[in-house]
Amino acid sequence: MTAAALEVRGLNRNFGALKVTRDVDLTLERGARRALIGPNGAGKTTLVNLITGLLNPSSGKVVLGGQDITALSQAQRARRGIARTFQINQLFRGLTVLENLCLAVGERDGHCNNLWRATGARRVVIDEALDYLAALRIVDDALKLVRELPYGRQRLVEIAIALAQKPRVLLLDEPAAGVPSSETHLILDVVANLDPDIAILIIEHDMDVVFRFARKITVLVAGAIFTEGTPQEIMANEQVRAVYLGQEGHRVGGGVRHG
Amino acid sequence: MAASEKSRELAATGARERAAGYLVGRHRFRPAEALPWLLAIAAFFLFPDRMTFGNQALIMVMFALSLDLILGYAGIVSLGHAAFFGVGAYTVGLLIARLDWSEPLSSLLAAAMLSGLIGFVTGWFILRYRGLTVIMLTLATAIMLQEAGNLRSDISGGYDGLPGLVISPLFGIFDYDLYGHVNYLYVLGVLAVIFYMVRRIVYSPFGQALTGIRENVRRMHAIGSPVHRRLVTVYTISAAIAGVAGALFTQTNAYVTLTVFDFDNSAKVMVMLILGGTGRLYGAFIGAVVYMMLEDHLSKLSPTFWQFGIGLLLILAVLFAPRGLLGLVEEISRKSWRRGRAGAARRLIWKGEHWTVLAGSAVDGAAIGFIVGFAANFGQAHLLSEYIASLPGRALAFTCFGALVATAINAIYLAFTSRAAAEDRGS
Repeated sequence: MTAAALEVRGLNRNFGALKVTRDVDLTLERGARRALIGPNGAGKTTLVNLITGLLNPSSGKVVLGGQDITALSQAQRARRGIARTFQINQLFRGLTVLENLCLAVGERDGHCNNLWRATGARRVVIDEALDYLAALRIVDDALKLVRELPYGRQRLVEIAIALAQKPRVLLLDEPAAGVPSSETHLILDVVANLDPDIAILIIEHDMDVVFRFARKITVLVAGAIFTEGTPQEIMANEQVRAVYLGQEGHRVGGGVRHG
Repeated sequence: MAASEKSRELAATGARERAAGYLVGRHRFRPAEALPWLLAIAAFFLFPDRMTFGNQALIMVMFALSLDLILGYAGIVSLGHAAFFGVGAYTVGLLIARLDWSEPLSSLLAAAMLSGLIGFVTGWFILRYRGLTVIMLTLATAIMLQEAGNLRSDISGGYDGLPGLVISPLFGIFDYDLYGHVNYLYVLGVLAVIFYMVRRIVYSPFGQALTGIRENVRRMHAIGSPVHRRLVTVYTISAAIAGVAGALFTQTNAYVTLTVFDFDNSAKVMVMLILGGTGRLYGAFIGAVVYMMLEDHLSKLSPTFWQFGIGLLLILAVLFAPRGLLGLVEEISRKSWRRGRAGAARRLIWKGEHWTVLAGSAVDGAAIGFIVGFAANFGQAHLLSEYIASLPGRALAFTCFGALVATAINAIYLAFTSRAAAEDRGS
């Protein structure tokens, strides 16, 4: 029996008296395609922050591939194979797209410990960085500064960086948020074609995307797991419809987006 | 960086190669980089009676370079960098005065190691924080060291300092002369070595990681970068270089007092760097030299109010050249590369109405002309009266000429572009 890619056990997080995460148990198998949905303020991003180590839990543990990583820092977890994208882009805006990717590859392989040999002297790193750009069809933007790119393109860079970490677990926090609807298909195509070995958790509001992408859906309400199931089960669940799907702006099949 | 410019040219084919080529070739030495060094050597032959000034300028270049490494690349704002300059300065001073150790090169090494060590220890604590906290803690570092020196004035000599320090001949052969000729070449040599090292670091993957931390520390954590370790490493290196600059300061002046730890010293080096341009290596050169020249000239003009001139220049720099003088030069050359020389001035100022553009270019040309006129005067006038007498005429001529040329070029450019725009609309 192989260990799950990611396990979260009894995770709690309080901000003072406010409990934003309550007793969350979550398991992602290898190659999982999981969607995390829930109303605004349900604690979805907080959960991702707890898994990646941006926040420390009040109690509970996070296990990656059978190894307890709860005590590790964000950077240590990242080096062990957890990658994420942010709801709002977190990029090196003053650097070129290619440099953004070289940094991700360089930090992953420890090249960035080198103070003496020029970045440009390592063709392997540059080529690999370009491979990720090619996979997302943004090689043409390689030499543009990130801040000069349209937001939709920046979202792709965000994903490319996460992929360059060669993650075992990938957490996508609303990858299409803030992207004009004419460009969302670009990002969703990319997400749909990601490496089948990576366990992916996606936070997404667009129910079309969720039902097409996910093999399993977790519904988070008020910091606790409300229910879990296949897309069919979730769609048929009256309670879920009541707390979430029935809300304005979340019509099933309507494709109404909001960021 | 001509990044976006290049990317526009990229066709579908060969896009990869060109993108890679940009990074592969970026760290190579460009011919223009020889310029500051040639100027420094030329100064040795042209102004043999100004070597004292030259020495101070080169030392400040090195000091500014050390600050650039942490401020310009890693984004650490320090208002106490004089701490390490001071430690280096006192290492040399104490070695001579208390231990009778006066060999210059080994003293430099000792200064580098001691200031590096103090940089490492303080950096370890300070760099856990960010922003204002870091500024205050760096400031406190310098003040604490100064007070420690004051407390043990029996060792440090207090504010009277350690006077009359005699340095052994360089390599045991070359004696330091009264005019600072040997010293100038010595300082220039050390600066060249330090600069080479800093340049390697800046273009290394480690240097890239530093800019990553400056640009977005949150993302650096997310991609697994050991941010604290990187910052402490660069802080230690920077401290060691500042220490070498301080050591050269003591060796050059043959004395050292506790004023090396002054806030003034920390602030001055930051002003120099901002003036020249942060995060671009040669900004330290331009900033330090321009500052020193202004200080030299303005303090002769008005011994009491000369700092007003520096302040004014800093305000102008922040308003019109937020990336420093070197940033301004890069901007001009990049823009003129893109759309002809005239586009430079146009894009540089405002994208507004034509008259604003013209007025802007006139002011800009005037400023450049004035600086050229000012610089042309430097080194020729030795007396205050001589200087004042010659300045107005020459500077005025250059100013008018600069304004005229810039305006004319822009007028021609605007005529062209508006016609092209009209044709575009017509088709």
